[in-house]
Amino acid sequence: MAKSTIRARARLKGDTTTVKALITHKMETGQRKDKKTGKLIPAHFIQEVTCQHNGKTVVLAQWGPAVSKNPYISYQFTGAAAGDTIIISWVDNKGEKDSTSTKIK
Amino acid sequence: MQRRSFLKGTLAGSAVAVAVGAGLLQPRLVLAAWPKSAFEAKAVQDAVSGLYGSAESTPSSDITIKAPDIAENGAVVPVSVSTTLGNVTSIGVLVEKNPTPLAANFELAPNAKGYISTRIKMGKTSSVIAIVVAGGKTYSARKEVKVTIGGCGG
Repeated sequence: MAKSTIRARARLKGDTTTVKALITHKMETGQRKDKKTGKLIPAHFIQEVTCQHNGKTVVLAQWGPAVSKNPYISYQFTGAAAGDTIIISWVDNKGEKDSTSTKIK
Repeated sequence: MQRRSFLKGTLAGSAVAVAVGAGLLQPRLVLAAWPKSAFEAKAVQDAVSGLYGSAESTPSSDITIKAPDIAENGAVVPVSVSTTLGNVTSIGVLVEKNPTPLAANFELAPNAKGYISTRIKMGKTSSVIAIVVAGGKTYSARKEVKVTIGGCGG
């Protein structure tokens, strides 16, 4: 199996779960020029990141090309228990996608 | 042999179809598709109204933007938005002087806290604007970030 492009970690403290995730993606804006050819490099960026807890979406992130390369996302939510499953998935403007799951610690 | 490879081909094809179907059937917080016009808008006002229906927003001191005063590298500017407002449904992050101001929008479920953190690109020194929709009302806050090296094309 290919290595996932997402590294995620979820930690429960008190009643709040903090989720942090790093995604490997080049996030090309479509405004940069290729130095050799002088042509614009086509835009290639993540448009949507879905963060689920036990099958329910907690955060839906809609991103533009102004999100940094290898994006980082962090959010907090309540109502989870240790051992619950967090699923994070993304889809980009070319239709490529990936997802990963992690357990709350 | 030919028949076998034919079977293999159709099986692989149907597996892809099932995967695509599953992706489409995922429960969504909002049914709205990716707001293309808002992300392509060249003015803050247009981006905000494209996202939330109205460009009006009330400045609020209950929103905290955590971002560096001076960003050495505009390509990676860490930004956190947190708010003490209740019933937060969306948090938007905009950069006033980027070619397209809207950087990111986060739709939050009721059990999500009013906190989001990410990293954005900034072309030059600009205000970072946070838009928070809470209880059907739109609030905003801004913070100036100085950029010494731009994040677009540099």
